[in-house]
Amino acid sequence: MKIIVTVKQVPDTSGKVAVNPDGTLNRASMETIINPDDLNATEAALKLKDEYGCKVIAFTMGPPPAEGMLRELMAMGVDEGVLITAREFGGSDTYATSQIIAAAIDTYGVDEDDIVICGRQAIDGDTAQVGPQIAEKLHLPQVSYAGEMKKEGNTLTIKRMLEDGYMTIKVNTPCLITCIKELNEPRYISVSGAFEAYSKPLVIMDYAALKDHPLIDETTIGLKGSPTNIFKSFTPPQKGVGMMLEGAGKETTDKLADILSAKHII
Amino acid sequence: MDFKLTNELKMLQKMYRSFAENEVKPIAAEVDEEERFPKETIPKLARYGFMGIPYPKEYGGQGGTALAYAMAIEEISKVCATTGTIVAAHTSLCCNPIFDWGTEEQKRKYLPDLLSGRKLGGFGLTEPNAGSDASRQQTTAVLEGDHYVMNGSKCFITNATEADVFIVMAMTDPSKGNKGISAFIVERNFPGFSVGKHEKKMGIRGSATCDLIFEDCIIPKENLLGKEGQGFKVAMQTLDGGRVGVAAQALGIAEGALDEVVKYTGERQQFGKRLAQFQNTQFQIADMKARCDAAQLLVYRAAAAKDDHDPNLGFYSSIAKLYASETASDVTRRVVQLFGGYGYTREYPVERMMRDAKITEIYEGTSEVQRMVIAARMGVR
Amino acid sequence: MAENYNSADIAAFKNVWVFCEQRQGEMMPTTFELISEGRKLADELGVELCGILLGDDVDGLAKEVGGYGADKVYVCNSPLLKYYTTDGYTKVICDVIEDIKPEIMLFGASNIGRDLAPRCAARLHTGLCADCTHLDVDLDGYVNFLRTGSSLDVDNMSFESKQFDVNSNLKMTRPAFGGHLMATIVCPRFRPAMATVRPGVMKKRPFDEAKAEALQIIHPEFSLTEADIQTEVVEVVKAAAKLVDLIGADYIVSVGRGISKDVEGGIKLAEELAAELGGVVGSSRACVDSGWISADHQVGQTGKTVHPKVYIALGISGAIQHKAGMQDSECIIAVNKNENAPIFEVADYGIVGDLFKVVPLLIDSIRAAKAAK
Repeated sequence: MKIIVTVKQVPDTSGKVAVNPDGTLNRASMETIINPDDLNATEAALKLKDEYGCKVIAFTMGPPPAEGMLRELMAMGVDEGVLITAREFGGSDTYATSQIIAAAIDTYGVDEDDIVICGRQAIDGDTAQVGPQIAEKLHLPQVSYAGEMKKEGNTLTIKRMLEDGYMTIKVNTPCLITCIKELNEPRYISVSGAFEAYSKPLVIMDYAALKDHPLIDETTIGLKGSPTNIFKSFTPPQKGVGMMLEGAGKETTDKLADILSAKHII
Repeated sequence: MDFKLTNELKMLQKMYRSFAENEVKPIAAEVDEEERFPKETIPKLARYGFMGIPYPKEYGGQGGTALAYAMAIEEISKVCATTGTIVAAHTSLCCNPIFDWGTEEQKRKYLPDLLSGRKLGGFGLTEPNAGSDASRQQTTAVLEGDHYVMNGSKCFITNATEADVFIVMAMTDPSKGNKGISAFIVERNFPGFSVGKHEKKMGIRGSATCDLIFEDCIIPKENLLGKEGQGFKVAMQTLDGGRVGVAAQALGIAEGALDEVVKYTGERQQFGKRLAQFQNTQFQIADMKARCDAAQLLVYRAAAAKDDHDPNLGFYSSIAKLYASETASDVTRRVVQLFGGYGYTREYPVERMMRDAKITEIYEGTSEVQRMVIAARMGVR
Repeated sequence: MAENYNSADIAAFKNVWVFCEQRQGEMMPTTFELISEGRKLADELGVELCGILLGDDVDGLAKEVGGYGADKVYVCNSPLLKYYTTDGYTKVICDVIEDIKPEIMLFGASNIGRDLAPRCAARLHTGLCADCTHLDVDLDGYVNFLRTGSSLDVDNMSFESKQFDVNSNLKMTRPAFGGHLMATIVCPRFRPAMATVRPGVMKKRPFDEAKAEALQIIHPEFSLTEADIQTEVVEVVKAAAKLVDLIGADYIVSVGRGISKDVEGGIKLAEELAAELGGVVGSSRACVDSGWISADHQVGQTGKTVHPKVYIALGISGAIQHKAGMQDSECIIAVNKNENAPIFEVADYGIVGDLFKVVPLLIDSIRAAKAAK
């Protein structure tokens, strides 16, 4: 049995974010971090490793600096890393990304008792689409929004969270789970882990390694292979100096409520 | 000479900061206010390898370097000097002598528990009449068949109430002066061992600092550490090594205070401006930053010397400890001043940092002792 | 996917569809919001608006969908569709879409919608845009939206495209990078163009009884067997109201020394306002020190640091220690009798007034604004 985890290196959008004078986002102002939900996915995998002694492999699609993130995950306890990286894969939307990652995972091989664990969504794209789309391409059953997970033999019992409660769902391996932050508390790397990380195996899967896979061709990867394209991007109007409202009566509170409503704040 | 951190150290520094921020900082004020030993932090520190960083995996350590260890103490001490003391005393003053001087049996018996953090360690050298003048040991240990009988007391012992294992120095042959002192591995459950009064201190108030009392304490013969008469050497070399830990702690205290003042002066307004906009603030902070960076380079140099088995280790450690501890006192005093009235209250952590800083100039060799060591090493007599 | 199904054959796809999400026989409110929005899009395109509704014996839920603007609702009934399963719902929806070929498909971005929509998009080889906050077909409408809702200089830029027809393609605008960036996405080469929309974002139209009566209910052919579904739903549980704590709260209403003339009343008002927003009550240090509220409510240097969506400070002066705990909130609203109170320096919106008078009015105003949606 092995556990496959998909992870992404993202800009830290929850910290300080600067906007350029021309209204574009200053990407350099954001630190790069491991996507938070993916840390929960990794922790879930490591908990299974603690219990069953199985191997954990982390897959990521990204530019070469993503290796640093894989090494950090190895310092947490992940056994192997796979870096999917190629010029040809750049500009991929979620559909194309899922194709590529699914091809990479399929190339590595998924066995009957394996589990693929993904974070629910990345904090840059915020779409939550890649996990389910990888599941579709790999023909695996999926359970998303996992808030609790138990394993007995080859059956997983999962508390799938809803806005107002949850569904308890049973699914057999092989399967794909997407998890939310309530699933667990990710561990830190250990000191010994840091000193072992750079000697663990890291595989690079580039275009040459994947181009013969049935899921990969020009029409399914990169910008050309993406069904969705960005038409325009812009920053919301900047938060300026605060606004003092006139008066303190009903018209004032009505005005405030309207402003908040229009901004979808309430 | 490479001033860049390796990938492993960068990764560790990130973890140390995150751990300090999330696990240590939230209770730091309370630990100081209530003079409470942060018991709940020990298993967390243990889990991630903090209690045995620079020792080989074969004995249960993390297989890390002295530099990785120094950085850990630095980062922890930025938010809580008490916790820094606990880890440093355990690692440098108890684990280290066993590792350097112990027989294979002693190492296999004690190191796995200590390095994993399952047990905590301490070090007993100081006595009411033997502070800087450590050779005036009055605690005695007399061999009686298969065991030693120890009588006397130690004072100002860190981790006293919580540690299970102590390295204790005692006089085995009073006629030989220094060379009549021996070192022992003492377990808390040995008959005749007890912990005495708890010192009320100016700073590192969460650190358990008490007397150790030996009343016909029975210590098995096998627990002699090194040979009879080597005790003073064991103690001095241990302190030499421990110096890097204290230097790292002092460095952390200074850097923690500097971080706080940069944040505060960026927000606090007086006379229609933020404090950061006044040149006095800018100049003070620039000075403090230069001193902190200098201290950091000295500490890292000393730690790297340990990893390289550089014979200058003792020399570099003394310089680092002297400079870093005086920097800590200087920086924290200036930071409280920049904070003004609020800095004097316990609402902000800087007054605690100022109180914590002072001990780093005193323990594990006072600044005066460091000066003696440095000058002697330079051949200035 | 059916052998001859080609998601790139744009001309073959027509009409706007909305996935009508029901749970345990109750229609999710977001369905009506989406139908309302779908009506606008269908009108701009000059096509029909249809709902697609899955469940077990759920015909009765369809009529209400008509009242908000749908021309038809395709209903698929099966005991196997009683509870949501990814496999069951994906298969039925994709089979029906492959048959009937809508050009646009909208889902509510609920936990279920966000599980279902991507799986469908992947199976149908088409594009999906998640969490949309704005949808446009009509280019002028889109440009107007950008004029006030963006930092772009719309009057001095081109909206032409050589790659696709900007006038007839659905323009889906959504937040990315945690909300710091907005992107307008198009799906020009494949159909249906799919989008999920956050609940509460689109406005519901007024209910039209006549339109509801005129609704056509159609039962399309589909096949679904137990073997198609690879997960087992053991139970569905509705949770009691979760205890929200300050750190994770999206809405915080905090009280300060300004409540001193009627402590109990002031806290009660804060609780009411917080309840109206689905949030929690916080406090400055002053109230905690005076024993008016327990320490776990304290926000500030010696209390908790919070980052809610909305922080409302009532009768709080805004000393630096308090600001330290809340100044990174997304939207700060302050109510204070003193127009020089430092809290107004960090507030996005400020009202100078007596909180005991302002807060009841504010609760009413917010209630009214929410009902109007």
